[in-house]
Amino acid sequence: MTRYIIRRLLQAIPLLLVISLILFVLMQNATDPLATMGGRMPTKPEDRARLTRQLGLDKPIYIQYLYWLVGNDWAKVDLDGDGVAETSGKRHGVLRGDFGTSIVQTGRQVTTVIFERLPNTLILMLTAEVVIVLGALFVGIYSALRQYSLFDNILTGILFIGYSMPIFFVALATMYIFSINFQRWGLPHLPTVGMFDPQVGKTTGQIMLHMVLPVFSISFISFAAYSRYIRSTMLEVLGQDYIRTARSKGLPRREITYIHALKNASLPIVTIVGLDLPLLLGGAVVTERIFAWPGMGRLFIDGIDRGDTPVVMGVLMLIAVAVVVFQIITDIVYAWLDPRIRFD
Amino acid sequence: MTTSESLPNQLLVAEVESPPLTLANLTWRRFRRHKMAIFGGVVLILLTLYSFGGALFFTEKYSNFTDTKLRLQAPSAAHPFGTDTVGRDILARTVYGGQISILIGITAASMEVLIGIVIGAVAGYFGGKIDSILMRFTEAMLNMPQLLLLIVMSKFFSGQVPNINVFGRVLSGSVIVIIFIIGLTSWPYLARIVRAEFLSIKEREFVLAARATGTPAWEIIFKHILPNSIAPIVVSATLGVAGAISLEAYVSFLGMGVRAPTATWGNMLENAYRYIETAYWLWLFPGLLIVLITLSINFLGDGLRDALDPRSRTV
Amino acid sequence: MSESKHTFLQVNDLKTRFHTPEGTVYAVNGVSFSLKEGETLAVVGESGCGKSVTMMSILRLIAIPPGEIVSGEVIYRDDDLLKLSESEMEHIRGREIAMIFQDPMTSLNPVLTVGRQLTETLRTHTPMTPEQCRERAVTLLDWVGIPDAANRLYEYPHQFSGGMRQRVMIAMALACTPSLLIADEPTTALDVTIQAQIIELVKRLKQDVGMAMIWITHDLGVVAGMADRVIVMYAGFIVEESEVDDLYENPRHPYTIALLQALPRADRRREKNLKSIQGAPPNMLTEPVGCPFAPRCEFVKEICIRENPLLEIVDGKHKSACWVDVKTGGLR
Repeated sequence: MTRYIIRRLLQAIPLLLVISLILFVLMQNATDPLATMGGRMPTKPEDRARLTRQLGLDKPIYIQYLYWLVGNDWAKVDLDGDGVAETSGKRHGVLRGDFGTSIVQTGRQVTTVIFERLPNTLILMLTAEVVIVLGALFVGIYSALRQYSLFDNILTGILFIGYSMPIFFVALATMYIFSINFQRWGLPHLPTVGMFDPQVGKTTGQIMLHMVLPVFSISFISFAAYSRYIRSTMLEVLGQDYIRTARSKGLPRREITYIHALKNASLPIVTIVGLDLPLLLGGAVVTERIFAWPGMGRLFIDGIDRGDTPVVMGVLMLIAVAVVVFQIITDIVYAWLDPRIRFD
Repeated sequence: MTTSESLPNQLLVAEVESPPLTLANLTWRRFRRHKMAIFGGVVLILLTLYSFGGALFFTEKYSNFTDTKLRLQAPSAAHPFGTDTVGRDILARTVYGGQISILIGITAASMEVLIGIVIGAVAGYFGGKIDSILMRFTEAMLNMPQLLLLIVMSKFFSGQVPNINVFGRVLSGSVIVIIFIIGLTSWPYLARIVRAEFLSIKEREFVLAARATGTPAWEIIFKHILPNSIAPIVVSATLGVAGAISLEAYVSFLGMGVRAPTATWGNMLENAYRYIETAYWLWLFPGLLIVLITLSINFLGDGLRDALDPRSRTV
Repeated sequence: MSESKHTFLQVNDLKTRFHTPEGTVYAVNGVSFSLKEGETLAVVGESGCGKSVTMMSILRLIAIPPGEIVSGEVIYRDDDLLKLSESEMEHIRGREIAMIFQDPMTSLNPVLTVGRQLTETLRTHTPMTPEQCRERAVTLLDWVGIPDAANRLYEYPHQFSGGMRQRVMIAMALACTPSLLIADEPTTALDVTIQAQIIELVKRLKQDVGMAMIWITHDLGVVAGMADRVIVMYAGFIVEESEVDDLYENPRHPYTIALLQALPRADRRREKNLKSIQGAPPNMLTEPVGCPFAPRCEFVKEICIRENPLLEIVDGKHKSACWVDVKTGGLR
């Protein structure tokens, strides 16, 4: 097992390097960090030239990537931007855990900026994932057990519609109904944007209240997709010979469903959850924008808009690493659930 | 036929007994039973008529005509869907936006299918080093949320493609960019499916026979294996159209997709959320159209899957 | 088989159908038979003739929908099994009537240990403690001839060979010493040498337990050595029923005759070639009007097309559903 994990991690290294290189090249050409500079846009050409040198943007792209990757404390850089590289660099590089400093929030470490936002995204996305998985397990199993019933037919239709809905439509529609119109009609209504009401403060109750609509919007589509998947997986498993055997032994229905069937059905379910979980880190870019939720998705979009390459790269690499780690975890869980798989 | 243990079940017997059906016939029979798929097909035709037929009633110039005095008008007889933030008629814009959305959907999905087939076929057929390099690359693509990748790429290409003239219409260069980047980021799933099909089909007797008689590789790939793996490809291509349309909507919604004045159902929603309290018509009509088209294409794809590829599972 | 034993299972006019997208499949079309304590009944017929569906209907293992038990009764001792509630049925399954299936590779749950699958039957039907269940499971595995039983309890099905898995299946079925074992082609998926071992094993265990047995097979050769009575099924109907010896010596239905002619026999000369049955198996999507075997029958008469013959006594305990007297070739 340990050897397997080590082998997988080693295999992931070139993969991550390739990803980082491609993204780095894309990002360097996609944005002009000098264009905005967080509102302090330099206009004079000599200022631009100085800043370009200070940020090291005058260097060829492979040097920039190298500095980003391994740091520049071994090279002389032009810190004051006078055209002479006289001081030693201070960056340690990504490989040593230094993602550089944000361009927009001048001087702040990228890791600090990201970890400031990470909890906000995690609280939103993990809640959503729990809602999705539990809800979909319940609905998927329930409708699989009652295949072709009225309930199953109606639910299948609703799930299909849900699965075809873009997140922004769900978000806008629910916001329109449950906060704006409910307010108009004088009913108790949900807040529209933000994480808490500044007049009340950042209390648990406020955050939970503000989470309702974003969590619903994020969950809705995945819930529909997962329910459909779990339903079809359960149906396939319930049609297997070993379920017939279990029934012929006179086992109670409950035991057949939740032990014999679900343990087999959980194998493919674990796989999709394992693949989806790390992608949650990207935040629901769209949801976070609509509901003005200060999470990673917003950080990413703002970073793209303002050319904050170090932050954007940090977010993207965090996700890439998370995907790799979760793939390995998924494999381990899979092997634990399925005795036919062993890593010897 | 003898007293056979070889007949697996009654259903097969029934198919043997009734007059022989061609694959197309059989597919159509299974498809027809899928009422929602028929419904999807009809809605899809109606939406296409709406977008292309609607052009007979409004000129594109009208759809792009701005009059800030008329901004944010609620739906009325003159403007059944209301007007947007700069006073353009939303009904006319949904007509022309629909054309672009459908165009993006179809061309981006075609591109996805083309790349997916080539990469999947080459990896599956040749195997070995080529396979492992291509599959590592595919994995790398799957390691990133597609939306984030689209945003980065959209930023990378934005402004680099000039506006172009198609049939007397000026299309924003960003349309080309969107098609290109959606096609470029959507293929990995299809490539995996095609590869898996190729891996299993290339070991079958008819392929071995073709190889033994010295048939060139490209002919085996395109004439022997590809036609036999067409079912999942057709299904993914169909669903790919819906995927591309909604991806365009997501990117455009974030303001990184197709640029004005060219309308798409997606970019009509850009900033609509800022007016959610005052002007519901900004997001409702284009939003509903996007929901309708993705829903009907998904129904169609689901029906095709059941008809062409009955044993596969939906995700 | 002794005459003194009394009938404990009586199936009357059982009809089972499946409603599929292709149409309704008429799988079982009015099957009646009975079984005495300790008796072994063989049910013979080609694949898809409804023999498995009949047995699954008795235990109510048919998936509903698409399946439907349209009519009939299954009287087991004093109860009509078709009228019991699902939870009452759970007390019958595995405890009173057990079943083993064709393919031991797919009939065991791949993600649960063999021990768990063995003991859960005991846990459900008996008041035994977990420790007693485990001990009983070891005894059972030992009994069906699995060496090193104590350790193998903790292994998974994929660690067993096909024959060993079928032994596990048998041990599971017999765990609560049922009064009836239904064996649905239990040797079909196995190697020939293993087949013989399993048949011998089941014969021995049947003696030990003293249970009755229904053995479903498409192989008339297997039947001779173990059954007391034979039922031949075709297209969801019982076409012939007889004591085992009488069936081989004196078959009364053209289909049985055709089946016997298709069987290789050591006492027959080489020159007499094996005959295959002409024509295709019946289309089960329509309710037959005439005799379902008529299109393939060499004795076919005009009445056979119009009217389906009932299963009637032709000689002592020998029943047949045929208009024709196969000895003369004329109508009965």
